[in-house]
Amino acid sequence: MTRTAGFVFLCLLLAFSVAKAQEGNPQTENRIRQLEEKLRCLVCQNQTLADSNAELAGDLRRQVREQVAAGKTDEQIIDYLVQRYGDFVLYNPPFKATTVLLWVGPFLLLAVGAGVLVVVLRRRRRAPEEAALVPDEKRLVERVLGPAQAGGEAAELRNGEPR
Amino acid sequence: MKRLLIPLAVFLLLVGFLAVGLNRDPREVPSPLIGKAAPPFELPLLSQPDKRFAPGDMRGKVWLLNVWASWCVSCRDEHPVLVDLSKKAVLPILGLNYKDRNDEAQRWLQQFGNPYQLSVVDADGRIGIDYGVYGVPETYLIDGEGVIRYKQIGPLTPAILEQKVLPLAKALKK
Amino acid sequence: MIPELGHFALILALAIALVQGTLPILGAARRQPGLVALARPAAQGQFVFVAIAFGCLAWSFYSNDFSVLNVATNSNSQLPTHYRIAATWGSHEGSLLLWVLMLTIWMLAVTVFSRSLPDDMVARILGVMGLVSVGFLSFLLFTSNPFERLLPPAPDGRDLNPLLQDPGMVFHPPILYMGYVGFSVAFAFALSALLDGRLDASWARWSRPWTTAAWIFLTLGIALGSFWAYYELGWGGWWFWDPVENASFMPWLIGTALIHSLAVTEKRGAFRSWTVLLAILAFSLSLLGTFLVRSGVLTSVHAFATDPKRGIFILGFLSLVIGGSLALYAWRASKVPPGARFELLSRESMLLANSVLLLVACAAVLLGTLYPLFLDALDLGKISVGPPYFESVFVPLMAPAILLAGLGPLVAWRKGDGAQAARRLRWAAIVALIGALFLPLAFGRWAALTSFGLLLGLWIIGSSFTALWVRMRSATRPTRAFAGMLLAHAGIGVFVLSVTLVKSYESERDVRLAPGETLSLGGYDFRFEGVKGVEGPNYQAARGTVTVTRNGAPVARMAPEKRVYHVQKNPMTEASIDYGMTRHIYVSLGDDVGNGAWTVRVHIKPFVGWIWGGCVLMALGGLLAASDRRYRTEARRREQADATLVRSSAA
Repeated sequence: MTRTAGFVFLCLLLAFSVAKAQEGNPQTENRIRQLEEKLRCLVCQNQTLADSNAELAGDLRRQVREQVAAGKTDEQIIDYLVQRYGDFVLYNPPFKATTVLLWVGPFLLLAVGAGVLVVVLRRRRRAPEEAALVPDEKRLVERVLGPAQAGGEAAELRNGEPR
Repeated sequence: MKRLLIPLAVFLLLVGFLAVGLNRDPREVPSPLIGKAAPPFELPLLSQPDKRFAPGDMRGKVWLLNVWASWCVSCRDEHPVLVDLSKKAVLPILGLNYKDRNDEAQRWLQQFGNPYQLSVVDADGRIGIDYGVYGVPETYLIDGEGVIRYKQIGPLTPAILEQKVLPLAKALKK
Repeated sequence: MIPELGHFALILALAIALVQGTLPILGAARRQPGLVALARPAAQGQFVFVAIAFGCLAWSFYSNDFSVLNVATNSNSQLPTHYRIAATWGSHEGSLLLWVLMLTIWMLAVTVFSRSLPDDMVARILGVMGLVSVGFLSFLLFTSNPFERLLPPAPDGRDLNPLLQDPGMVFHPPILYMGYVGFSVAFAFALSALLDGRLDASWARWSRPWTTAAWIFLTLGIALGSFWAYYELGWGGWWFWDPVENASFMPWLIGTALIHSLAVTEKRGAFRSWTVLLAILAFSLSLLGTFLVRSGVLTSVHAFATDPKRGIFILGFLSLVIGGSLALYAWRASKVPPGARFELLSRESMLLANSVLLLVACAAVLLGTLYPLFLDALDLGKISVGPPYFESVFVPLMAPAILLAGLGPLVAWRKGDGAQAARRLRWAAIVALIGALFLPLAFGRWAALTSFGLLLGLWIIGSSFTALWVRMRSATRPTRAFAGMLLAHAGIGVFVLSVTLVKSYESERDVRLAPGETLSLGGYDFRFEGVKGVEGPNYQAARGTVTVTRNGAPVARMAPEKRVYHVQKNPMTEASIDYGMTRHIYVSLGDDVGNGAWTVRVHIKPFVGWIWGGCVLMALGGLLAASDRRYRTEARRREQADATLVRSSAA
C-alpha cells in the first residue's frame, strides 16, 4: 500500500482505541471538547481533534487543555494553532477573502437558480397552449390523421393517461 | 446558442483544476511559518544533556533543522541522504529528536550514522508543535537572521536537495 | 493459465467494445441495417467475455493463487471463503473490473428489454455504452491489469484489509456500482436522442424505468455503505461528507432530479433539453466520482491506492466523454422546440423548482469537496472542508425542496388550484406544526433546529398521506407510479425525522471501567463484566461482556471486541450494537488500562435505524413506481405500434 493508504488505514484503526479519561468539572470539559471539535487532526485528517487517537492529536489536546487552564480565550487558543499549522487545522473553513466563494457560492447559485426559474416560469405562461411537435411526431400524426388535425391531436397523443 | 455552451465551459474549467490537482498532494499541510522567525527554544543536547542549545546560537549561519526519531521508518530512508550531505560540509545539519528515548536515539545514530552537528531532545513534542510538526521526518531551512525559509514535509531526497534546498541555501548565504 | 485466460477475455472484450462503439452508430447515421444489427450481439458478446474475465479473477482468489499479484496483495489463505471472493473487488483493479462487469450487465439488460425500441435507437444506445466500455477496458488493460503475475509466487497473501472483512464488503460495492453504472443507460438514451434529433415524449417514457432502476440501486448502495460504516467503524457516525461519499451522493442528487424531470417530459413534453442535460450530468458525476476516488487528488478514508499516471488516464477519458457529450448537447439541444405552457402554480413549476434546488445542492457539495483543491491549485493556501460546512450549506438548500415535495403531488399539471391544495393540506400542516412544537418536549429538550427538522419530516409524511387519500376518493385510482412516488417521499420524511432525532438526542459516555463497575446513561445501566480472549477464524480477539439493564430488567448482553488479525496484526474494534426500533445501544472497547479495567465507550442513539429504514422506503417507492403497468406489456405493445408508424413514415 502507498504511504497515504497506510496512513489512512492506521487512522481508522487508531480511531477505535478510546483513550480519553474524563476529569475536571463538566463545564470546562464541555468547553475543551467543543474547542477540540472545531479543530482538525493533522494526521487523521478526516477527524476532529476530539475524535482522533493519533499521538499528535493527544499532544495537541493536552496543549488545548493547558491553555484553557491558563485562562486563554477560545479565540487565542485557535489562533495559536492556526499560527503553527495554518488554516488547515480548522475543521470548519474560516471566512476570509480566499474562502468567500466557498461560503457564499451555494447561496449565490441558489439566487441564480431562482432567477432562472422565474424567467422560465414567466416565459412559459406566454407559451402556446400545447407543446410544438418534433418533426417525427408531426409526420406520424399527419400520416394517421391528416395534416389539418396535427395540432390538437398532439395533446391527446401525448397525454395518453388521464391525470 | 451560447447559453447551451455554459455546461461545457464550466466542465472544462473544472478539468483544468483537476489536472493541476493531480500534481498536488492533498495530505500535505504547508507551513505558515515560512518567512517568519524560527520559534525560540532551549533544549538539552542528546549527547550532553547538561548542555543546552537555542536557535539563536546559529545566528549568522544558514542551516538545516531536521526533525527525526528512532521509531520513524521514513527517517531511515532519508538518513543516508543527510549523512551524504554532511560529508560534503555544505550546510550544517542540526537534529531535533522528536518524542524519542535518549538511549534508543543514540543507538540509532550509532547504527545509521550521525550527520548532525548536534541533536536536541524534544521529549514531549512541545517544540515540535511550535514548529508545526505533524509527521516525521520534516526539515527546515533557516537563514542567518533566524527566519525559516523552507520546510520539507517528508523525507529529503537527493532531487529535492539539488533542486530546491541547496540553491536556496546558496542564495541565502550571500 | 486461468489468469491468462481472464486477461485474454478482457482483450477480446475490448475488441468487441471497439466495434460496438463505432459501427452501430455509423450504421444508424447512414441507415445501414447491417451495421445497426451488430449492436445487440456485440453487447452480449462483451458481457460474456467480461464475465469470463471476472470469473477468472474470482477463481484466482477462491483458489488462493498467490502467483497473481492482486491476490497476493489482497487476500490470504486464512481468509474465510466468502471474503476471499469479495476480495476480488477489494482493490483498485478488481473493483474496476467489477465496474465494467456491471456495465456489461446493463448492456445485456438493454438488449433484452428493448424489443419495442427502434433498432437504430438501440444501436446508438449500445454504441454509446460501448464507447464508455472502451474507455474502462483500456484503462484496465493499460494501467490497472488485475491479472498481473507475481513471480515467484508469494507463499501467502498480505490479507484483505480487516475493515473490509465484513458482509458489507460482499454487498455494498456491487449494489453501489449497479447504481453508478446504471445511469449510463439514461446517458446513452440522452445522447442517442441528441444524435437522432428525436427528443420526444417517448424517449422520456423509455428512459424512465431504466433511470429509476439505477436510482434504486444507488439509493440502496449508499444506504448500505452508510450502515456499514456505522457498525464497523466503532464511533457511531454514519455520514462524514468524505469526498468518496460525496462522489456517490452527487449522482444521486442529480439522478433524483432526473427522475422528476423525466416525469414532466413524459407527461407534458416539457423540459426536454433540460432533462437531457440532467441525464448527461448524472452519469458524468458517476465518472467524476470514479476519478476522484482513484487519482489521489483528494484525501479520503475510502480512496484506493493512488497513482498519478492512472489519474491522468481517467481525467483524459473523462474529458473526452463528458466534454464530448456536453459539446453534442450544445450543438443539438437547440433544435428542440420549446415545451407546452404551464402556470406559475402547477406540477411543472414545482418539479422545475425541485430540479433547480437539487442541482444547486449538488453544486454546493461539489464546491465543498473540490474547494481545497481549487485553492491549492491556485497556490492560495490550504484549507480543509468538513461536515460543519456541508451541514450548514446543505440543510438550508434541501429544506425548501422537502416543503415543495409535500405540496407537489396535490398540485395539478398545467394549472394548479392553490386554494384547493391548501385546503386539502391544512391537516397535514397542522399536525406537522403541533408535532414539531411539542415532540421535542416529550424527548426532554426543545431546540429550534430540532423542531424545524421534525416539521419538515412530519410535513412530507403527512402531505403524502393526504395526497393518497385525496386520490383514493377521486375517480382515478392511484397508479403504482403515484403510490410509489408517495412511498418514496414518505421515506424521505422518515429519513429526515430520524436524522433530526438522532442528532438532537443521542448521548455518549466514555469511561474507564473495572470488572463489576457500572455506568449509567439514558436510563440504561451498563455493567462491565470483564474481558476474555477468544479465537476467530483468522484473528484473535479480546471480547468484553457488558450487561445492559433498565430499571433492573435485563435488556441485552453485549460483546464488543478488540481483534488482532493474524496477518496484518493491527488491532481493530468490533462494536457491539443492540438494535432496537426506537434506539440503538452502541458499546465499544477502548484500551486495556491494566488490572482487568478497560476504557469503554457507550452511545445511545434514538431512532437511528430509521435513517436506513427511510432509504429502504425510498427504494421500495422507486420499485413500485418502476413496476407501473405503463412500462410493461400493454404499453409496450402500443409503443411498438407507434414505433412502426414512425419508422415507416421516416423511411
